[in-house]
Amino acid sequence: MPTPAELQERIRAALPGAEVTVDDLTGGGDHFRAEVVSDRFEGLSRIQQHKLVYDVFGTEIGGAIHALSIKTSTPGATP
Amino acid sequence: MNNDEIREFIQQAIDENNVMLFMKGTPNQPACGFSARTAGALNALGVQYAALDILPDPRIREELSGLSGWPTIPQLFVNKELVGGSDIVMEMFESGELAELLGVEQPEESPEPEPEVAQRPIGLENRLD
Repeated sequence: MPTPAELQERIRAALPGAEVTVDDLTGGGDHFRAEVVSDRFEGLSRIQQHKLVYDVFGTEIGGAIHALSIKTSTPGATP
Repeated sequence: MNNDEIREFIQQAIDENNVMLFMKGTPNQPACGFSARTAGALNALGVQYAALDILPDPRIREELSGLSGWPTIPQLFVNKELVGGSDIVMEMFESGELAELLGVEQPEESPEPEPEVAQRPIGLENRLD
């Protein structure tokens, strides 16, 4: 069962320098919420930003990770 | 119905409906909180939209995600383009961007949207046999 810390680490590894917070929404290890602040998102649409985060987990989304709620922003943007 | 036919059906639904929502359950009986919130945002804006329940056959979700490159449900398409899942739709609803995209007035009160009315469900399940 994935833990928030694991998810956090994997997003950080994929998006170096990103500020990442992951919470387990239900405590059940399958519904997560990730807040990611990264300069990699600069100039990208929301869709593209979220896809970058989803891509870290590939087919695990919908599988082991039932749901991953995402909020992305860039360091300069207001949250 | 084989996978190609399902994908074709999905593509047709996207092409033929300006506002097309793929969700778990129906707008009246959503089967997942994320789908409920997304349908609720559309209901709160009073737009007409088509909704397709992806649950009756797992291949619907496989083909939809294959087509859109988006792994989760719900998925909202406006004018044939993927707008996003529930996080993006809710962010856009709250900021007024969704109303703008759909060409409607942002409601003055934005209470937690409740799923109800104004939908046109598409039945795929009865075409799967």
